[in-house]
Amino acid sequence: MTGSDQNKAPGSIGSSIGNVRDQIRQPLWLLAELTYACPLQCPYCSNPMDFANVKNELTTEQWLDVFRQARAMGATQLGLSGGEPLTRPDLVELVTEARKMGFYTNLITSGLGMDASKVAELKEAGLDHIQVSFQASSEDLNNLIAGTDAFQHKIEMAKAVKANGYPMVLCFVTHRQNIEQMDEILELAISLEADYVELATTQYYGWAMHNRDQLLPLKEQLVEAEAIAHRYQEEQKGKMKIYYVVPDYYEERPKACMNGWGNVFLTVTPDGTALPCHAARELPGMTLPNVKDLSINEIWNGSEDFNKFRGFDWMTEPCRSCDEKEKDFGGCRCQAFMLTGDPTNTDPVCSKSPKHHLIEDALERGRLEAAKSVVDQQPLVFRNPKNSKRISGL
Amino acid sequence: MSEPVFTAESIPVLALGYRFQWEQAQNCNVLLYPEGMVKLNGAAGEILKRISEKKQSVADLISELKVAFDGADLDDDVYRFLEEAFNNDWIRPE
Repeated sequence: MTGSDQNKAPGSIGSSIGNVRDQIRQPLWLLAELTYACPLQCPYCSNPMDFANVKNELTTEQWLDVFRQARAMGATQLGLSGGEPLTRPDLVELVTEARKMGFYTNLITSGLGMDASKVAELKEAGLDHIQVSFQASSEDLNNLIAGTDAFQHKIEMAKAVKANGYPMVLCFVTHRQNIEQMDEILELAISLEADYVELATTQYYGWAMHNRDQLLPLKEQLVEAEAIAHRYQEEQKGKMKIYYVVPDYYEERPKACMNGWGNVFLTVTPDGTALPCHAARELPGMTLPNVKDLSINEIWNGSEDFNKFRGFDWMTEPCRSCDEKEKDFGGCRCQAFMLTGDPTNTDPVCSKSPKHHLIEDALERGRLEAAKSVVDQQPLVFRNPKNSKRISGL
Repeated sequence: MSEPVFTAESIPVLALGYRFQWEQAQNCNVLLYPEGMVKLNGAAGEILKRISEKKQSVADLISELKVAFDGADLDDDVYRFLEEAFNNDWIRPE
């Protein structure tokens, strides 16, 4: 998981498709998590902790069937994600067919495993858009800035992306360990001639939640980073568009997560489990319908999971009587569950939540952790099969 | 008002990464772009359809629209729409 599909930039489908809410619900956005295989071990990955437990990936034919069904139900955007989607040997075939079906195809990749001929091949297949995520763990970023092989590879990749007529969309996932390098990140983007830069903030699900004390940025880091981002936004006007997303732990109101549960987003995981969002597997009482057993139509319209938090009847106070509930739908169900133990509660990011102190507590824990000497700090737990098995007791 | 971007001679093209298509499920023309979609009304659809299908000057585009719509006086509307579409990053002059 490159982390960026959960951090929608303004003007992305999250907001533009919001205008289509007047109609019946359609799965307009299909996120296909093709695989959990990934050469990286990002400690902020949003894949589930027990990803190593997932064995049977959908076959090419099964994916194409999912694409066909979703397309017939109105899906226009297809996100090809993971894991690292480039590890799927059938990626070009999947893109070719999806494009023929009329999808706008988005590849969300780390760029690892990509070379100039692969970019050209994907272009030929009709791929519409490549988003290159920079891992930007501070070590990685330092390597990039220092001009190592990885940096050279990224430069070549970036050139190939542009040479093939794609806009260059870069995504950096920020957290406490790299956010102070905002200047370097943006200079790097400029040197790569990026058209769009998304400064996405780590969101605390999956591995990121496990590593939260080590990743949450400090308030003063954020103020500084924001000022830098805004300065570059001004300077780069008309050349490079910079989207800056404030981490929701520092907000007063929750995000309108997924634009509403079961409203426009459909995620299908590598083993065919259909989810209203990619973190929802960890919620209690989910029936986890699978595309191998049920049609997309049955799952989208009929399943218990997708109907669970539609509308407003499931809400508890203070959401239920709140006049802003149609704006943010009470925030994120997964965050409400992870932090309060009950997914029907108000997302504690909201300052109206009686549990808002949980967010403040988390920030305080992060602050205490950051204040420790380096030897006393908890090490980051990296996302890899070994840690997955150990932590999930597999 | 700033200087208009489009003149009779300019050739409008879709911006990088934008795609025009008919969407059966929405029953309208749409513009697709990275991770997003805009639903188009009838007039916008007619103009952008032509821009996406063939490179031609604004003057030729307007003549074509006039033929299609019984000689209607639509010059100002087209220019206004082009500027608006440019400001939305949908199109640019070639």
